[in-house]
Parts: sequence; structure tokens; C-alpha cells
Amino acid sequence: MAERTTRELFLGDGAAVDGGSEHLHVNMGPAHPAMHGIIRIFAELDGETVVKAEVEIGYLHRAFEKDCEAGPYNHAIPFTDRLNYVSPLINNFGYASAVEKLLGIDITERCKYIRVVMSEISRICDHLTCVGASAMELGAFTVFLYMIKAREFLWELVEDVTGARLTISYGRVGGVKADLPEGFDAKVRNALVEVRQVLREVHTLLTGNRIFMDRMVGVGALSREETIAWGITGPLLRAAGVPFDVRRAQPYWAYDRVEFEIPLGKNGDNFDRYLVRMAEMEQSMRIVEQALAGMPGGAINVDDQGKPIDPAAYVDKGKQGKTEGLLLVPITLSPNLQGQDRGAQGRVNVRDKRVVLPPKEDTYGSIEGLMNHFMLVMDGYGIRPPAGEAYFAVEGANGELGFYVVSDGTDRPYRVRCRPPCLPPVAAIPRMIEGEMVADVVPTFGSVNMIGGELDR
Amino acid sequence: MDGQAILARLRARLGGRVLETHDFRGDHTAVVAREAILDALAFCRDDHGLAFDLLVDITAVDYLEFPGREDGPRFEVVYHLYATAHNHRVRLKVRVEEDDARVPTASGLWPIADWLEREVWDMFGIRFEGHPDLRRLLLYEEFVGHPLRKDYPINRRQPLIGPKV
Amino acid sequence: MGVGSFFTGKLDEAIGWARKYSIFQYPFVTACCGMEYMATACSHYDVDRFGAGLPRFSPRQADVLFVVGTISHKMAPVLKRIYDQMCEPKWVVAFGVCTCTGGFYDNYATVQGIDTIIPVDVYIPGCPPRPESVIDGLMKLQDKIAAGAQRF
Repeated sequence: MAERTTRELFLGDGAAVDGGSEHLHVNMGPAHPAMHGIIRIFAELDGETVVKAEVEIGYLHRAFEKDCEAGPYNHAIPFTDRLNYVSPLINNFGYASAVEKLLGIDITERCKYIRVVMSEISRICDHLTCVGASAMELGAFTVFLYMIKAREFLWELVEDVTGARLTISYGRVGGVKADLPEGFDAKVRNALVEVRQVLREVHTLLTGNRIFMDRMVGVGALSREETIAWGITGPLLRAAGVPFDVRRAQPYWAYDRVEFEIPLGKNGDNFDRYLVRMAEMEQSMRIVEQALAGMPGGAINVDDQGKPIDPAAYVDKGKQGKTEGLLLVPITLSPNLQGQDRGAQGRVNVRDKRVVLPPKEDTYGSIEGLMNHFMLVMDGYGIRPPAGEAYFAVEGANGELGFYVVSDGTDRPYRVRCRPPCLPPVAAIPRMIEGEMVADVVPTFGSVNMIGGELDR
Repeated sequence: MDGQAILARLRARLGGRVLETHDFRGDHTAVVAREAILDALAFCRDDHGLAFDLLVDITAVDYLEFPGREDGPRFEVVYHLYATAHNHRVRLKVRVEEDDARVPTASGLWPIADWLEREVWDMFGIRFEGHPDLRRLLLYEEFVGHPLRKDYPINRRQPLIGPKV
Repeated sequence: MGVGSFFTGKLDEAIGWARKYSIFQYPFVTACCGMEYMATACSHYDVDRFGAGLPRFSPRQADVLFVVGTISHKMAPVLKRIYDQMCEPKWVVAFGVCTCTGGFYDNYATVQGIDTIIPVDVYIPGCPPRPESVIDGLMKLQDKIAAGAQRF
């Protein structure tokens, strides 16, 4: 009988033949503790080092692109909410802007500023969630609680404006749902004070923290050329040192009228990505303050021609046919309720009959307004852009969020394509973790900020 | 570089293999013949004046039900490119027939093309020749059909487990 | 009713009380509802005051499966497997309208309600449900846990 070595005794027959080890296959399966999204990372380990990794996505595929083809243009807005569900406003406005480009219309000045303010608030929410969740996965649970607390303040602002906390469906083709509520300036100021305080606390907890730095510095790095070759944009590209930000490169809405810096990193590792996100939150807050200060249309006040009438009474009179002179009487509605009166409507929506619903004074006060309303809502009619295609890119929280819309001249989009900013970083995850240890998968995956809704659409 | 100058440079390089160009709403677009697409993409990436180093997106559109294009090639594969150095964009398109839905792969030029092409295969059924591993990206392997094609009904259920509700 | 069933009744109540205030949930988070789940679990709308503040990310150690967010057909076998791996007694909460009925995703990719695959105890509709709804659902779940006959 051949002598059995100790090694063979423990590892089984044949283990001593080539004297080598066998790689361990670890499946970080679709159900995993990371709070970012469902993804499957199948890693082959040599001890603790990842030798090969394979990523499988698609566990949240919800047929966004096919669903958008089913209905009129504005019906896609709730679907876009659920793409990057941590910063839904950016998706709404990105899609609406793509359709507006296809139509060839330009939105009002006030609407541009409103879109900038709400997008930046959404961006801060996204970065808070990303940094908070990544920190929690590294063990810093307190940071997560603080970040979610800060996010609650911002969600209260979003709820004031749009009516919902998360899936807001606020954007419309041609404008936004409704104007900002009264006293919004003061509320934003108070909320930003709280958010800044939380960020200060998180800086003292994390930025110089030995354990955090040990786990994040030098981990998951990608060189500048590789980041570009992998199609990665956003905070990951800026952490590698490339100053590409769609808001600066190809400004849209009111971004050319506000001042902000683009934070850059050097090494493209996880720690630089964290620093870039923290700095971007501060820049976003700067943009919000400047945009609110520079917003045209000033304070919201009620139209002062004649005596305003309560909207329910207005509608009753219109339905009863008592439309004598009704067209000229202004309604007073709270500014952020949809179903706008003439004054508010003109401030935030394009005055284009083919695209935006008419103000309620016109709908209930005149037959032309009623017909206009019908024509926009009826099946087969509605917003009908000319046949053609348009691509519009906005700076999402993860990078360039592009919407490519193809129209065939009918009221349904022919093809809506969302270019997901987090697909390239997730595709590059195997490249980022090969050679690193298995514990480094966690901070790398956290800093990529994969959002399932956007990745799998 | 100005959009028209980009298209002119492409035409100068590819000649008659650029079938059409347009700049509807300011998006400069070139429709390129299938045999020339790899050449065009490599030229876009490597030429110093163009320097399209960022492959933004690869997608496809199914023109089966498009009024006026029912007889033409069914699919169009669309490439969006961006140059970080010059800050300009271009869109390249390739038209393919339904019964010959193949396009050479761009994954040798940009590594991200790997996944983007897998998604086009998954959703439309267009093969990419030379692709290292062309399998489905978003759906499961047992799924039959390519859902973003216009003749795939949106609520046909193919569950892996559970009832066909 | 004899003396014996008085004692088992009291024992049931005591165990039910203990079980309802020590919920170890497995948050099977997939999509947007996860954001509201995080908001509910964190400091502002604290779930910890109901005893449900400790998520266990292993099905072997959890007793309530919170299915949070859309389940696609690709994910459905994974969900079934996780459910099968949990030990009795176990409960399932369908969090969000995608898990209740499929939501507005009436298409080829989405499971039209997880009750087609696993049995559900509490449905919390909403897209996403507000944290107050979630807490309401959690309290209903606690009532259900406490009211049943406790097997051990």
C-alpha cells in the first residue's frame, strides 16, 4: 500500500499528486446581505484571493423598455421613476427632456431651475444612500443611520413638492407636474443645515478612520484608460481623474447659470470614489442654493386681476354651462397641486397646445380649452412628436444617464432606450476584484453603487 | 470638432460605405454598411481628430411596424460614441435584415461592448460575430424568444416555476 | 374545558407574546421598496421598538421573510429556495404591490404576485408603501403570530 501523506489523508486521494491546491468556488448569490441590489458574483478563490469572477445580472428585469412602448409618452414617467429609484427625479426629467428634444420645444426658465433644484436634491439622496449602505457593509452601522436620517429631511422636501417620497412621477413632457409650494425656500434652507451637519459627523467618523481607509484605499482601483475603455462615467470616472460631467460638458436646463466644482480623485480606488461622492454632495447643495436664489418668477403670488374664485366652484359652474365670463376669472389653487390655474401653468409648463394640458380656466371655461384637453388625453391623439430619433444625456447620480427615444409620429413611443450608468461599472466588477481578496468584494461592490432597477431595467 | 466635420471625416475615410447621414435635432448620425462598421468604429476611436474613446451605448431598434419602413431591413444596431478629449458625440447605425441578423463584434475595441452586445442579443436576437461569450444577459437561458422584437407580445408568460399567470 | 387546556392556552399566549416581539426578519430586498424598507428600519420610523430590528441575512436564522420589491421570473426559484430553507414557524410578508399582485408590471418578466409561489401571511400594498403602512402591516403580523396555536 502506498504511503498516504497527511495531506492526502485530509484532502482525499490525489491531493498530493501535483501538490497543488484546488480553487474554491464561492457563489455570492442573488440573495445576499448587500443592500444595493440583486446580483450574482461567482468567484473562484485561491485561498483568500479572487482568481476569476463572473457577474450575472438580470434578476430585476422588469421590461421597462417594452412597457414604455405600450402607452402614450407621459405614461412612461412612472416607469422611469423606478429605474434609478434612489434618485427618481433625475430619470423623470431625463426622459421628459429626451421627448422635448424630439419635439423640438424648449421649456420655461422657471421649469429649468425647478428641474435643477429637484435633480440635485435627488442626487444628494442617492449619494447619501450609497455611502451609507457601503459604510454599513463595512461595519459602520451608525453612519448608515445618520445618512438615512439626513435622507429623511430631503424626502420631506420632495414630498412637499411632488406629493410622494420615492416614486414621484413629477416630470412631464413640456414641464413638471406643478409649481413649487409656498415657503419652499425656507424649508430647503433648514433641511440643508441638517444635511450639512450629518455630513460633518460622517466625515469625522469615516474620512480619517484607520479601519475604513485600510479597507478602501488601493482597493478596486481602475486606471484612467481602463475606466474610459469600460465606458464608465460619473463618480467612478471622476475618481480616476477624468473631469467629465455632463452638466459641465454639455450643459442643459440651468446648469450653465450656476457655479459648481467637479471634484476629482487621483487613484480611482474606492476611497477616492467615497471622497468624490462626499464632495459632490456639498457641490449639489451649493447648486440648490444658487438655483433657488436665481429662480425666475420670484415668490408665488396669486394673480391680481379680478376676484379669484375657489376651484371647486369654478368647475361646478363650468359643468353647469354657466361659462359667461368664466374664462377671465382666475382660480386660486395651491401652487403644487396639479390641475393648474393659468398663472402657475405658464410659469412651469411650455405654452404648447400639442404637448401640455391647458390650464383649468380654459378647460372648464371655453369649448376650445375642453377640446384641447380631450385631444391630449384621448387614445390615438395626444403628444405626437415628428418621426425621428433623439438622444438626451443627463448627469445621473452614477454617471451619464441617456435616453434614446425613437418616434414614429404616433402618440406612442416607438422605442425608448435607457442607457444605464451603472451597467459599465458592474460589467467591470470582475476586472476590479480579480487579484484582490474576497473581503474586498464588499467595499468595491458598494462603491460601484449598483441600482437594480437601472441595471436590469 | 463640429458635427458636420465629424461626418465629413467619416465619409472621407469610408467613402461609399457611409450610406446616409443626418443631424435630426442636432444628433449627428451616420448609417454605415455592415462590412464597414468595425473599420468605422476603430477609426472613430483611434483617429486623433475624432478620438471617440468612450463607447456610450450599443442598442438596437426593430423597424417591423414603423410606418414607411416595413419593407426595408428590419433591425438597426445603434452605437453612441463620445470623445472625452474633444467633447463631441456621434451616432453610428448599421441596418441588418431579419434573416441575416449578424454584426461583427466591437468587444475587441471596447471591453464594455461585451455586455452591451449580449443585451442586444438577449432582447433582439442579433448575433455578434466574434463575440467571446454570446449568451443572454438579463433573461434566463430557458427563455424562448427575444422580447423587444415587435412581434413578441408583452404579456406572454414563461415562468421558471409557478403558474403561467 | 379541563385544567390541561387552560395551561396550554396560557402557554400558547406566552409563547405567542414572545414570538411576536422578537421577529428576526429576512429582508429579501430586490427593488424600490427596499428604500422604504430602509427608511422604516432606520431611526425615524424605527422598527426596533417592535422588536423587529435585527435582520438576519440567513434564512436558517430568520422567521419572517419580508419579500420587498418586484420578483422577476428569474428570481422566483431563488425566492422559493430561500422560503424552503427557513425553519418553522415562519411567516411571509408581501411588501409592496409588486409582490402582492405584480404591480403595474403586467409583462413577460414579472411574477404576478408571490402568492403564486409561496404562501403569504400579510400583504402590504403601496408603491412603495409609506413606512406607516409598513408598521401597520407589521402590527397585523404580530397579531397573527400571537393569535395562532403555537407549535414548538
